[in-house]
Amino acid sequence: MELQELIIQKLKKNFPDSFIDFNVHMGDLSVKVDKKNIVKICSYLKEDSELEFIFCEDVTAIDWAKRKNRFTVVYHIFSFKHNFRLCIKADVDESDCAIDTVSTVWKTANWEEREVYDMFGISFNNHPDLRRMYLPEEFEYHPLRKDFPLMGIPGSLALPKK
Amino acid sequence: MGLEAQLKSDGFITTTIDAVIAWSRENSVWPMPMGISCCAIEMMAVADPKYDIARFGSEVMRFTPRQCDLMIVAGTVTYKMSHVVKKIYDQMPDPKWVIAMGACTSTGGIYRTYSVVQGIDQFLPVDVYLAGCPPRPDNLLHALMEIQKKIGKTKARDFQNKPLPELNVIQNN
Amino acid sequence: MEKLTEKDVNPKILQALLGAESDLTVDEALENEMILNMGPQHPATHGVLRLLLRLDGETIVACVPDLGYLHRGYEKLAENMSFYEFIPHTDRLDYLSPMSNNVAWALAVEKLAGIEAPPRAQYIRMLVAELTRIASHLVAIGSLSMDVGALTVFLWTLREREKILDIWDILCGARFTNSYTRIGGVANDAQPEALKLVKNFIDKIDENLDECERLVNPNKIFIERLDGIGVATKEQAIDFGLTGPNLRASGVEFDLRRATPYMFYDKMDFNIPVYTEGDSLARYFVRVDEIRESAKIIKQVLDKMPQGETLLNQPKKVLPHKIEVYSKMEELIHDFMIVNFGINPPKGDIYSAIENPKGELGFYLVSEGEGHPWRCKIRSPSFVNLQSLPHLIKGHMVSDVVAIIGSLDPIMGEADK
Repeated sequence: MELQELIIQKLKKNFPDSFIDFNVHMGDLSVKVDKKNIVKICSYLKEDSELEFIFCEDVTAIDWAKRKNRFTVVYHIFSFKHNFRLCIKADVDESDCAIDTVSTVWKTANWEEREVYDMFGISFNNHPDLRRMYLPEEFEYHPLRKDFPLMGIPGSLALPKK
Repeated sequence: MGLEAQLKSDGFITTTIDAVIAWSRENSVWPMPMGISCCAIEMMAVADPKYDIARFGSEVMRFTPRQCDLMIVAGTVTYKMSHVVKKIYDQMPDPKWVIAMGACTSTGGIYRTYSVVQGIDQFLPVDVYLAGCPPRPDNLLHALMEIQKKIGKTKARDFQNKPLPELNVIQNN
Repeated sequence: MEKLTEKDVNPKILQALLGAESDLTVDEALENEMILNMGPQHPATHGVLRLLLRLDGETIVACVPDLGYLHRGYEKLAENMSFYEFIPHTDRLDYLSPMSNNVAWALAVEKLAGIEAPPRAQYIRMLVAELTRIASHLVAIGSLSMDVGALTVFLWTLREREKILDIWDILCGARFTNSYTRIGGVANDAQPEALKLVKNFIDKIDENLDECERLVNPNKIFIERLDGIGVATKEQAIDFGLTGPNLRASGVEFDLRRATPYMFYDKMDFNIPVYTEGDSLARYFVRVDEIRESAKIIKQVLDKMPQGETLLNQPKKVLPHKIEVYSKMEELIHDFMIVNFGINPPKGDIYSAIENPKGELGFYLVSEGEGHPWRCKIRSPSFVNLQSLPHLIKGHMVSDVVAIIGSLDPIMGEADK
């Protein structure tokens, strides 16, 4: 498809050392980049006049439970001009569990990143308001990590007396 | 409850007054809808013209706990929400009853996870449990009729000398 | 019983409320302003939403929403059950449009597994998706009018919705939270009585909707309470990620049924209502117009529906019909394998989104070749729509908060997952 090749060529030309890989699965294009330049890549994709990825749909993370590069942060962005959806992935290691925030580029990412912090424990540098989203502040664990049991840890959340 | 406080024995006048008070209480149960999730929609459907709850005397669904006698807990109760539910239950004046509507409030329902309370009877005294996910509105009306039967059997002696609950009220000194 | 001091309140929420740049303390702020808690239990917050408001008299200066009172752990649940077992859970996400969520999940898993349902099943799915849109918008209109003060409209729209619930009762056996779609098709064929009921309902929906509209549209109080309240400009709407009727009320003509067509929507003829003002009244009108457009789509679906089977014949990925399971050997083995070991789609990840009545509902599924997903992310429209709330209510009064929440139409079961 010409649009997919155009995007890959542009990214390779402007960010040669950050662009790692691309993949097409069941019609969806996904691009793997280095986490250091994520804000510059996202602002380029938003402001480029040919591409115009002005709509951020989703920010999430995957826990692979391996020792190297345990987490992957995934961004889904959409372009109204071409009706095309792009997926950007950035690997985050457990020892350096932080990545720059993109809430300066798209305001939608603000709450989505708070949810990722709540569920996985990945912190976002320069985030304006990094608090837990769903669980109370006293909760010490991050539920969506693979080592947290589904039924919870008894005593981690308080219940009122009868 | 002033009149009942004076009734101490089981004479003819006492039982008649008991029966009259119980009859008037059971036919005007004012529910407090603690509508949290999907069961709340079926509770709204009970109030609409097809399954009329007004014929039971209960269309007055006030959202303030001070004017209600029945709390219908409809929806999944999480640990974060349980403190709110208990606070509202404490604010309701005596006599009060609780219906646990649906599977989530009875036993935790289909959610066996880290944040859902597996049954509200862990922190509230429940009178009637309803099965269903969500229970049909006819089912809720049947539960209301069971509560009415339960109220019809109450006597004045049940409500005397009850200790006041410890409310967590902040007062300005 | 002591006075409430700074130590009792969660410091992080207070910091967010007072603003990161200012260095106001709680006592200074409390001299001139008031902090009000519109708690999780409230008649008009559409579920368990907690808002912390900082007021200057009656005008709102800042607002911090606090979510999580209905967090049930869906994404962790999805990692532990197979794709088929998760279908009843998708009903309870946006509990006012259950069939639409089922359709979204079925489409996502079919995209991941690389299969496609037969045409008759797709047409039936379109029919139930549009009926769901009508049902959800009826409740939205009714509860918005009830919040603003017109109580009768709520009962009349619920009466119309009961007719739709009767249709679903005959179609699949449950009035509400019906897990009707299956991976590879739908659970059972649409009976002729159900289709006749649909036709009767659609023939009368226009006049019934006119009756409800005549009560509120010319009413000065209704218009004054909604006009100019909660304005979101075009750039703000795109920046905050609003989708669905909220985006179309701000002037952006974007509908997933046209932009990335799924099922047979590219063969249907319908308009997309767009208003440019971006206030609560525009969002109300968009929903009313969408009900009429959905009625048009349903009429075309009823005319064009082909005959055929409703479940794909691919035994390795789709549960076979029960009659064949009881009588033939191979189907019995395939049924056993699928129920116990799952459908095992190829390794990879996809994102699939449809146009829910509330906005764009998307599922991001990662598969490692096993019977259950490795990661399932639910992109819920109400969560993203609620993010714009603090910006929409700045400068308005407390009673406008109720009108704005009603016009944004959030559902907490979906926002809290």
